Amino acid sequence: MNEKPEKLINKKGIRLDGRKADELRPVKLEVGILPNADGSAYIEHGKNKILAAAFGPREMHPKHLSRPDRMVLRCRYHMAPFSVGERKSPAPSRREIELSKVIRESLEPSLFLEYYPRTGVDVFIEVLQADGGTRCASITAASLALADAGIPMRDLVVACAAGKVEDKVVLDLFDTEDKVGSADVPVAFMPNLNAVTLLQMDGQLTPDEFEKAVSMAIGGCRKIYELQKEALKTKYMLIEPEEEDEE
Amino acid sequence: MPTYFEKKQLVTPGEMLAEGDYLAGKNTYAENSKIYASRIGLADCNNKQVNVVALRSFYFPKVGDVVIGTVLEVGFNGWTVDIKAPYTALLRASDVLSRPFKPQNDELSQVLIGGDLIVAKIASYDRAHDPQLTVGEPGLGKITRGQIIKVTPSKIPRVIGKKGSMISMIKKETNCQIILGLNGVILVTGKNPDNEELAIAAIQKIENESHTSGLTDRITQFLKEERGKTGGK
Repeated sequence: MNEKPEKLINKKGIRLDGRKADELRPVKLEVGILPNADGSAYIEHGKNKILAAAFGPREMHPKHLSRPDRMVLRCRYHMAPFSVGERKSPAPSRREIELSKVIRESLEPSLFLEYYPRTGVDVFIEVLQADGGTRCASITAASLALADAGIPMRDLVVACAAGKVEDKVVLDLFDTEDKVGSADVPVAFMPNLNAVTLLQMDGQLTPDEFEKAVSMAIGGCRKIYELQKEALKTKYMLIEPEEEDEE
Repeated sequence: MPTYFEKKQLVTPGEMLAEGDYLAGKNTYAENSKIYASRIGLADCNNKQVNVVALRSFYFPKVGDVVIGTVLEVGFNGWTVDIKAPYTALLRASDVLSRPFKPQNDELSQVLIGGDLIVAKIASYDRAHDPQLTVGEPGLGKITRGQIIKVTPSKIPRVIGKKGSMISMIKKETNCQIILGLNGVILVTGKNPDNEELAIAAIQKIENESHTSGLTDRITQFLKEERGKTGGK
């Protein structure tokens, strides 16, 4: 799909990959798949395939990065060299460093950082295959990995994007739409608290279109949130106690 | 003032559990007089207090906890100890020697060296300081024999059982001494290795089946059968 296609949305309002304007790509989530990590998650969001692993809370190294009053969250977003069409250098690029920061800041409000002073939590996000909207899928997976590590949180964070393609606001852009389309609005969201933790926009939208895109993205977030809860519960369905006795 | 869960319901972080006149207990938090879960676990309500029994958690030090740790390093006036918590713990030389420590007279590495296992109690811990350990009580100190097993810290109450029923039953049936570290490390000391293996098998069975009811009875059964096989040692 390197050639620019003529039409991103056909006359019937169907997009290149066969979706309607307000339709998500299929999302598959799995929790606790890396035994060496304290918590882990895997997401397949359309053609995106992303692994997230969480470690901690543990002592911060190097020590000077620890904070006396709170826990420090560190995120590393990294794309595998084989994750995109043209080999990507494995060294962290400008974009990856920025996304690491953006993902960290979208997860931080969900955690009780002040409970565990002088400690650190590390989240490693590895993009195995990228097809547009990796930051959103990464946030969804990273939040699940943190929950799986047993780190107390206010709510799971879930993210989804909306954008503008062919003068139409659509949900969950994939790679070609993202590159050819005219705007992209990723939103990270905590559904139970009704709080947005990440809101970005690139491209141009009118205020009306922007509002429509945001509400559409939040709608997508709510759908993925259900899958997220489902994935977290599935891991523990088998060990649901009927009786708990405590000292 | 309703609650929004059934007893023992599996809840995820952020799930609203109750509204109004309730108290936020373990693994929950309150905001705008609503109670939410903060960890994945099983919700429970006890006397207006909403608790979640966490299925995933880590050990966090608390003063008075008995823990089992590994000595990491011999320092100038004490040892650093790994207690499987987010912080390394300190054990002071004067506490072990139970007299003032004089560097010219005492050689710390003759008392404990890196790799030694100790049973200790957390003497002090606060937000600003690493936990300090003490071994100045009966039953605490260096571990010289026995076997170590590790379980998830949140499963320790299950190994203890109702009012200690589970643990005392295992002790009786296997003739072993068992020390539970609240950090998820368990020491089993028996008269012979067979007894220790048996106790370990029982504890591992508890960890794997901690969700099922009537576990104490089944563990009793299990231990009796296993002992029968080895000729009732």
